[in-house]
Amino acid sequence: MDTAEHDRGVEVVIGTLLRWGVVISAAVVFAGAIGWLAHSGAQPRDYLHFHSEARDLRTISGVLAGAARLSWAHVIQLGLLLLIATPVARVAFTVFAFWGERDWMYVAITLLVLAILLFSLLGGQHSI
Amino acid sequence: MNTLEFSIIVAAVSAVAGFLGALTGLGGGVVITPVLILLLGVDLRYAIGATLVSVIATSSGAAAAYVKEGFSNIRVGMFLEIATTIGAVVGAAVATRTPASALAVIFGLILLYSAWDSMRQKSEQAAPRGCDPLAERLRLSSTFPGPEGPTAYGVCRVKTGFGLMFGAGVLSGLLGIGSGAVKVLAMDRAMSIPFKVSTTTSNFMIGVTAAASAGIYLSRGYIAPGLAMPVMLGVLAGSMLGARFLMGARVRALRLLFGCVVAALALEMIYSGATGKL
Repeated sequence: MDTAEHDRGVEVVIGTLLRWGVVISAAVVFAGAIGWLAHSGAQPRDYLHFHSEARDLRTISGVLAGAARLSWAHVIQLGLLLLIATPVARVAFTVFAFWGERDWMYVAITLLVLAILLFSLLGGQHSI
Repeated sequence: MNTLEFSIIVAAVSAVAGFLGALTGLGGGVVITPVLILLLGVDLRYAIGATLVSVIATSSGAAAAYVKEGFSNIRVGMFLEIATTIGAVVGAAVATRTPASALAVIFGLILLYSAWDSMRQKSEQAAPRGCDPLAERLRLSSTFPGPEGPTAYGVCRVKTGFGLMFGAGVLSGLLGIGSGAVKVLAMDRAMSIPFKVSTTTSNFMIGVTAAASAGIYLSRGYIAPGLAMPVMLGVLAGSMLGARFLMGARVRALRLLFGCVVAALALEMIYSGATGKL
């Protein structure tokens, strides 16, 4: 059975998906950047000393709530979150692709990778 | 320096790094972190968080272009991502308990290796199928577009490659880089996968590996929006431009020059880390 041809078709779809993820997240980050710099561009700022970001910039729910209020730093962070979610979406899509091929071994492998990603993304949220 | 000036400088530096990183195949992230730390005085943890985000952007943005060429191997990538994502979670967890000086020294060593690796000769030799029975059971063998049509290749030493990939994941999570050089080492050297297949599959994997540690970095407050923003936008613009220039560019001399710059940054990182200046 030659799966190389089918795999390529899947990869082209995945490649397009990834590019759109990057374009959308970059646009959100850029919009946030304009607002943020217009609002607080004149303030002195340095990242010389680590003080950890504010709590609501460290959680998904906090970022979403802040972005809804149009707090510009939160809009930037939302764009970054969308960017982080892009490879996760890619892995999720690959599960369906292998499912369509009835390749159960790779459905299982891909689900395992997806589980690790979701554990890392959501698991840390509760310990804050 | 106010926020606007700082953002413009960081974006410009990131764009140059992204451009050269794409041209030379070293990746932009690996030089941004030391430049942010050594030249702009950014805290190591913020620099790592910002770079990690930009690594996802360049990896994902380039994937569409790579896929068209038909070199990347989706099964090899997905199977090895089990190792890199677990490694990345472990690395990110360890990073928050490791002193900055130690991270700087490790970073410098990896940077030195990457610089050396970018200058060595690459082979396109394909291993025979059945090289490792485990690879056949996992259906990792595939074909790549060679000069005389599709060329079959086998995959060797799957367990060694898997182990090295775990290491690549740990480094990625620890230092906020894509660790493409270590990934290529695992596939190209250990598993005898043809070089072009190794690099494109590695690029595909980098975004997923980085995403695995990004969640932990975010919840620990390492991702500062004001810093990650100019780094991400700059690297993305620079690397897209670099990928466009790559067609027909004579990169040999440039690669040598960039390799030397990277090596100098690496030594400075090791020195700063070892003398406790960070």
